[in-house]
Amino acid sequence: MLSYILKRLLMAIPTLLIVITISFFLMRIAPGGPFDGERQLPPEIEANLMAAYHLDEPLPMQYLRYMGNLLQGDFGPSFKYKDFSVTDLIAQGFPVSLELGFWAILLALMIGLPLGVIAALKRNTAVDYAVMGTALAGIAVPNFVIAPLLALVFGVTLAWLPVGGWNGGAWQNMVLPVIALSIQQIAYIARMMRASMIEVLGSHFIRTARAKGLSESKVILRHALQPALLPVLSYLGPAIAGIITGSVVIEQIFGIPGIGRYFVQAALNRDYTLVMGTVVFYGALIVLLNLIVDLLYSVLDPQIRYDD
Amino acid sequence: MALYRQARRLLLSPAVLVLAISSAAQGATLEIGNGAEPGTLDPQKVNGNWETRITRALFDRLIDYAADGSLVPGLAKSWQISDDGRTYTFKLRVAKWSDGEPITAGDAVFALRRLLTPTTANHNATLYYAIRNARKVNTGQADPSTLGVEAIDDRTLVIHLSEPTAYFLQALAMSEAAPLPQHALKTQGDDWTEPGRMLSSGAFILEEWLPQERIRVAKNPRFYAAKDVALDDAVFYPIEDAGSALNRFRTDALDIAYSSVPSSRFSWAEDNLGDALQVGPLVAQYFYMFNVREGQPLAAKRIREALNLVVRRDVISQQILGMGQNSSYWYVPRTTAGGTRGAMVFADWPMDKRLVRAKQLMKEAGYGPERPLELTLRYNTLEDHKKIAVAVAAMWRELGVNVELINSEAAVHYSSINQGQFQVARYGMMATVNDPYDFLNAYAAGGSARKSSGYQNDRYDALVEQSTKELDEDKRADLMTQAQQHLLDDYALLPLYDYVSVHLVSPRIGGWQTTPMDVHPLRYITIEE
Repeated sequence: MLSYILKRLLMAIPTLLIVITISFFLMRIAPGGPFDGERQLPPEIEANLMAAYHLDEPLPMQYLRYMGNLLQGDFGPSFKYKDFSVTDLIAQGFPVSLELGFWAILLALMIGLPLGVIAALKRNTAVDYAVMGTALAGIAVPNFVIAPLLALVFGVTLAWLPVGGWNGGAWQNMVLPVIALSIQQIAYIARMMRASMIEVLGSHFIRTARAKGLSESKVILRHALQPALLPVLSYLGPAIAGIITGSVVIEQIFGIPGIGRYFVQAALNRDYTLVMGTVVFYGALIVLLNLIVDLLYSVLDPQIRYDD
Repeated sequence: MALYRQARRLLLSPAVLVLAISSAAQGATLEIGNGAEPGTLDPQKVNGNWETRITRALFDRLIDYAADGSLVPGLAKSWQISDDGRTYTFKLRVAKWSDGEPITAGDAVFALRRLLTPTTANHNATLYYAIRNARKVNTGQADPSTLGVEAIDDRTLVIHLSEPTAYFLQALAMSEAAPLPQHALKTQGDDWTEPGRMLSSGAFILEEWLPQERIRVAKNPRFYAAKDVALDDAVFYPIEDAGSALNRFRTDALDIAYSSVPSSRFSWAEDNLGDALQVGPLVAQYFYMFNVREGQPLAAKRIREALNLVVRRDVISQQILGMGQNSSYWYVPRTTAGGTRGAMVFADWPMDKRLVRAKQLMKEAGYGPERPLELTLRYNTLEDHKKIAVAVAAMWRELGVNVELINSEAAVHYSSINQGQFQVARYGMMATVNDPYDFLNAYAAGGSARKSSGYQNDRYDALVEQSTKELDEDKRADLMTQAQQHLLDDYALLPLYDYVSVHLVSPRIGGWQTTPMDVHPLRYITIEE
């Protein structure tokens, strides 16, 4: 097991290197630079800015400089947020996104899994159609519609909860963004759980269990649930990485100081160092979560083993 | 809403006003929806108005803004300008940094040298190139100590200009010209802007900065006019989404929302927010830039004129936008100080006459329904830009012009313009100083619009240069009006409207005014309980 983990972690190094290299050069190929704004800067000023960020050096030189700094854990200064290093920005924003994402995932699992199981058990009944119809709506309606709607109804009209702001992570400020973040996940998880549960319920070992005379609840809880969770689990790896790194829509609408906004804004601003920082961070997170998911597989399914 | 109206009526009754004014002196916290998260609070590295709004509260300049946006003495209590307009002598008032150290002329010299040092990479450094040796210092050809600024004593500062410059006092009111605490900067390096470390000269000090969440500034007890500052503290929230800012304003979580109102919600806001909606003209112009280089279709003046003639500006400013924008037939916004006048000659023609003339011009240029002119029109991503581009394209179609609309994100849009890769492009010119020079110079030799559009007119260049050095105000206004007329008669661009600022300000707030440069000094603001 340990050697398997080590092997996977070692394999992550070339993966990340390729991701970094491709991103670095793709970013530079994109037209427009960090200092292209409403007014073209006078050449003297542009030269000063380019020199300040080493952008006046040849590209391969810049790449080597970046990689050298990265090896020392230095992501460099942000072009737009000049008072902060990229490391600062991620370190300050990630805990917020993580906290929000944690509650959103928890909520999504707590609601999505039972809904999926119920729909599977009541297959092709009114209950099934109601659950799946609602889930489809949850998938179809995008974040940027749900979030302002929640803010308008519960914040402005009913005035039950603040419409925005973080306020140091007070629970009142977290309720609406957590709901907005989790709605789509609830829908995905419920649909996936239903499909996988139906498949498992049709398999031979369930028929055997029922033939042994086990009660239906025992069949489901002891025998069907665990294997039915596998597809959901493999979805959760990348999904969690996506959710705990924030969402630009949710953050902007509710004014949350997470890191989701950096993924979009940094690219639009051509904030090269911040783009690279978010890419490396997200890449590493995906690799890590995929590894954890694979390890959990072996817990849920005894047929999967990582022994040598 | 009925309740809101009632409350407003109540608030405006004289009895309440008296009560309100008497309680205003007690001070309070002002909650501000700021447009975005500042990238820095170093007054020489800031760039956007969401940043300077804060740095100007933290750092007083030699020249300050009054509540109405006019220039008033700041750290300089008086100044003299020599007859040749080349020597400025400032007398500093007795004032202290927030740590109690005196603010000296040496701090001003230190700041101006730092401003022009190449590694500071200040965006507006060219505004200060009039200072002797400034260009050389800024391009690394001379040592900062050779800059034409000197401290005669702790209270006397002299600035030597290489030529008279009419807008120089305006430049000194800007964030980057603020004197800096050299005793702190010399020991602290880049960390000096952190809360707890930053020393301020302004009405407020930086108390807390939680990135992307809030910035809190508190009243500076050592500010020279601290007794006149009503607020205890102010909190800036970085809210980019205009809809969110509107929601937070409606729930009283904000006293002021600077992030505009979406144009789609404007008429709703007019009906429901009444007095809170503050609209005022800005020194900024929305126009379409023409690429007039040789070989481009718009190198021909008659086509540029025809395209200008058929655009019904009132449809755009009143029906598409409808937020109080004025149609413009000029380049320098009407609200700009300095009295530049003039308009395109057809400005008061009836539309029929304009159409006939436009069609005639196109015919002369060899275009018409049988041989349509193909044009591309670029705009950056924003709903209003798109609506306007679609409308203008429809108006041009009457001339048999086929328009291809090209939309791109801001970085790509501006990079295409800067490289001259466009035919017609949407452009927004915001003033950095409230002076016509700022606009006119962009189309003159060495200017940014000149480089992008390829426009060149020697007479225009000469007039702009002459106006910069003219010290007599009336003569200067004349020169600039003449210069602008050349640009307009050449149809070098297609002006659409003068911008307005749209903000939400609670009726409880006093001392806040709409101003042409959109500056609203925090030190004059009061909250009525």
